[in-house]
Amino acid sequence: MKNLKVFLIAALFVLSIGLLTACGTEEETGQNEDTTEENNTAEGKETEVDNEQELSGEIALDGSSTVLPIMEFLTYEYNQVKPEVETALNSSGSGGGFKKSTVGEIDFSNASRPIKEEEIALAGENGIELYELELAYDGLSVVVSQENDFLENITIDELREIFLAESGKTKWSEVNSEWPEEEIIIYSPGHDSGTFDYFNEVVLEENPMREGEGVTLSEDDNTLVTGISSDPYAIGFFGYAYYIANEDTLKVLGIDNGDGNPVKPNGDTIQDGSYSPLSRPLYTYVNVDYLKEKPQVHDFAVYALENAGAAAEQVGYVALPQEKIQEQINAINELAGK
Amino acid sequence: MQTNTFSINRMRRRVIVNQVFKYIFIFSMSLALLALALLIYRILNQGLGSLNIDFLRQFPAPYPEKAGLFAGIMGSLYLMFLIAPISITIGVSTALYLEEYAAKNKFTRFIQINVQNLAGVPSIVFGLLGLTFFVYLFSLGYTLIAGALTMSLLILPVIVVASQEAIRAVPEDIRAASIAMGATKWQTIWRIVLPASIPGILTGSILALSRAIGETAPLIIVGAAAAIYTIPDSLTSKYTAMPIQIYNWTTRPQEEWQYLAGAGIIVLLIILLLMNSIAIWIRNKFQSRY
Repeated sequence: MKNLKVFLIAALFVLSIGLLTACGTEEETGQNEDTTEENNTAEGKETEVDNEQELSGEIALDGSSTVLPIMEFLTYEYNQVKPEVETALNSSGSGGGFKKSTVGEIDFSNASRPIKEEEIALAGENGIELYELELAYDGLSVVVSQENDFLENITIDELREIFLAESGKTKWSEVNSEWPEEEIIIYSPGHDSGTFDYFNEVVLEENPMREGEGVTLSEDDNTLVTGISSDPYAIGFFGYAYYIANEDTLKVLGIDNGDGNPVKPNGDTIQDGSYSPLSRPLYTYVNVDYLKEKPQVHDFAVYALENAGAAAEQVGYVALPQEKIQEQINAINELAGK
Repeated sequence: MQTNTFSINRMRRRVIVNQVFKYIFIFSMSLALLALALLIYRILNQGLGSLNIDFLRQFPAPYPEKAGLFAGIMGSLYLMFLIAPISITIGVSTALYLEEYAAKNKFTRFIQINVQNLAGVPSIVFGLLGLTFFVYLFSLGYTLIAGALTMSLLILPVIVVASQEAIRAVPEDIRAASIAMGATKWQTIWRIVLPASIPGILTGSILALSRAIGETAPLIIVGAAAAIYTIPDSLTSKYTAMPIQIYNWTTRPQEEWQYLAGAGIIVLLIILLLMNSIAIWIRNKFQSRY
């Protein structure tokens, strides 16, 4: 009984301390946040004078899960060079990132699609300007199973007939009489993903996609890969990196954009733009005010651009041409007044 | 004669029904066991190769061989240290009020039912609540304390319900005895009720904490980072947690990341099993029957 009492008292002691600290912080936080920015700018001025190496402060990044691997590479390598700068990288989707960047919560907003008009407007209302930086290219790959023996290339029109709800075609033979009389099984990224947005824009032209029987939507690209590779009558699309990682079970289709000359995605065709219209740039949007005020944001932006090529290659995307990188670095320096 | 065959038939049928149900139950149990065995086999198979000391010490990295769970482990532990005191204090106090002080009327029953319902609310809803209140309204931002408070809310109903059960299990007789000796209500609670119900309360609380340590959805909403190279040094630090890192790895295309995710799951499982063992240990050690 006595043991128990000691235990109990000790437990309650710990609990109450916990509660006190919890309450204490709520009041402090507000002040903390106010002072952080001042601190950053103050430190920034010092470091500018002193030495670039002593950069510190925080960088907050969020946005597309497609861009996440590149950004993880960049923040990781940056941390090796500038360990004093704390980076926090999140991935809540392109739209989720813009939700935070348009109210000024984060420094970089990663996106696998360009910013929308309404998002620009929202940022404007809050007095925020976001500057677009291209990091790399991604080729949206349309894939079928390796077991599929009737498809090598496909035209955009055929894609539309397969994926559009209004076409009403559910069998391969209905799209092209040479194809087998089998149900078309569709695997597509979920509607929240930038990948779907992109496909929706360039192929479906914002018309509703088929849904219901025979259509699987998933935010997890590995689900799509598994589903497509095991069914010869399945078709789907996702980022180029996922195709490259699963080359042995998937077959990528050449895309014919109407000129009768199908192009398959690879490093060259994606970079030179001939894999059209399904190659897309991957972006990060930097908050212009923070770019000017926080030296670590500017420093990271330059670092990110300089190393985006290496990052892209490491994670399976395609690097930008060197001139384009330099152009953007110059623009950034000009914006930040350096 | 006729009644005899009738009763023998009846007997036979009852025996057969008995057998059938026995096998149905055995079958159900084997299904559950099989699922568990498959899960453990798959995870061990996938993750054991990547599980080593470096994996426990390293921060996330773009290269599978350099990536580790350290930030996640520390983040989850810090979360636990915050969640446990917050949720247990509030949860046990609530349970004490409902059981010992509150009048047994319709209003109390209404609260009671709502607490039980809250325990079944999907975790993502608590994430949204945390985002609205802690992140925005209290302007805590995407910080450790905001995450901890959100998770505390999530497991609070579970702790309240478990504590209530434990307090209710304390026999009325010894309460009455204590009061009869001239003890006040608080003295009775402090010296009689709480010591008697502590095993049940702690078991319930630790099981609830185990749930919190495995949750991903609410933490993603209140902004736990996917990749971070520092461990939290204050309540307002950015943070990450084990399930977030594991989830992040499973969504990568390359196979090596799946192995890392497997290794992460093993670590998470070990910590979960440890917490559950502690719960069982506490229950056995402090259990006293009246």
